[in-house]
Amino acid sequence: MSEIGAIFRAAFELILRWDSNLGEIVTLSLYVTFFAVALACCIGLPLGAAVGVFRFPGRTAATVLLNTLMGLPPVVVGLGVYLMLSASGPLGPLRLLYTPTAMIIAQLVLVTPIIAALARQITEDLNREYADQFTSLGVGPFRKLWAVLWDGRYSLLTVALAGFGRAVAEVGAVMIVGGNINHVTRVMTTSIALETSKGNLNLALALGVVLLAIAMAVNAVAMAVRASAMRAAYV
Amino acid sequence: MFSGSARSKTGAFAVSQSLDPPLLAARDLALTVRGEPLLRNVDLDIHAARRLMILGANGAGKSLLLRCLHGLTRRTGGGVYWRGRPMDRAARRAQAMVFQRPVMLRRSVLSNLLFALGAAGVRKSERRARAQEALEQARLEHLARRPARLLSGGEQQRLALARALACRPEILFLDEPTASLDPAATLAVEQLISAAHSDGVAIVMVTHEAGQARRLGDDIVFLHRGAVAEAGRAAHCLSAPSSAPLQAWLEGRLYLEETRLSAEKR
Repeated sequence: MSEIGAIFRAAFELILRWDSNLGEIVTLSLYVTFFAVALACCIGLPLGAAVGVFRFPGRTAATVLLNTLMGLPPVVVGLGVYLMLSASGPLGPLRLLYTPTAMIIAQLVLVTPIIAALARQITEDLNREYADQFTSLGVGPFRKLWAVLWDGRYSLLTVALAGFGRAVAEVGAVMIVGGNINHVTRVMTTSIALETSKGNLNLALALGVVLLAIAMAVNAVAMAVRASAMRAAYV
Repeated sequence: MFSGSARSKTGAFAVSQSLDPPLLAARDLALTVRGEPLLRNVDLDIHAARRLMILGANGAGKSLLLRCLHGLTRRTGGGVYWRGRPMDRAARRAQAMVFQRPVMLRRSVLSNLLFALGAAGVRKSERRARAQEALEQARLEHLARRPARLLSGGEQQRLALARALACRPEILFLDEPTASLDPAATLAVEQLISAAHSDGVAIVMVTHEAGQARRLGDDIVFLHRGAVAEAGRAAHCLSAPSSAPLQAWLEGRLYLEETRLSAEKR
């Protein structure tokens, strides 16, 4: 028991003096996840809204596909991205394997379907409510798409934060395509796995605490945004 | 001038007020859903700057007729013509509709107006002034920055009217716009409708209040079981109805008779 207490103490000491190694790992994690989620939003939000708002042949199949892709196993995504980026793969000449960019790509593949599927549901509900008014006003397709994205902005921000939470906690895919190389592609989750296996529980626990703090902060922001939007009847 | 109601060759009644070509015309309009005829043989001429009230009991097809005329619900028979031609995008832009429950976008009062003006193709430089003017007409200028969905029911309906009128339609469809409003809010909405009519906008309004039809209507169409039972000048039809359904409706007997008939059928 006293040993566990000592590990916790050492972990909090690392956090309080912001150990350079810890700082580097946390910064890279946030950098990779931020860019992956930003790109996933750029692709997933309009894609989800298009499926939610427009009527086209194969729409139901597209919805089923998006919902299915939400549950993509991270290691399978990692393997797929690895094959694409490996020297013999189609994107091999770009030499992206074992770089933060490769990790961003892997997280992008994982998170985009989640954001698109949730955005579809939100925008479809909004569009159902607005449909008669849009038709009456003669709203064109692109204005309609932008309107549901804008009016659903608070719910969609929550979606983006959910995507962030999913991406920052991901380990399988980034381990495969990043390689967990010290000072290059080592992020919180891969470090926790490695340090635990090495028996360096102080750093593993410190990273775990930071990861939990980030997850809590993201949830707190999501709740605050939603509460503020509800006060203005924007949700 | 108005010539009273007349049976068309299809057997339906038609409202026909003048020799001018109608702004909007319905010919033999029908709507059948899952084998059930909800609208039958409706012939209507709606002329510029006239006010037509569509009356009828619940389930008579009033709102459906309005939706078919505006193009929100696809009819299954007959035609709707704008200045003698089939409806198109330009015709839609000359029309506006206000719903019983106003649809407010999740943004400010002013942004709701700016959105409608943008959709109507109004130039960006003109939108703010037009929106401001519409807000002043609806006496909502002090609420311009407020989230639209936080307004009261009456204010929301006035905003919906302001939004519709800001696009300067030639014809305004209203689906029971005062159904859930108190007398003060109803009066404010009626004043806006009257002001729009004074500016030359044709009004087509669904209402279930005979008093409101008298106050606001030049002409009426009375629907009964999806067909036009009576049509003509509001003052005349509502004081001396010629059809049994309208007479029963005005005396408050129609619902009871319909209930009794359906019970007998069962």
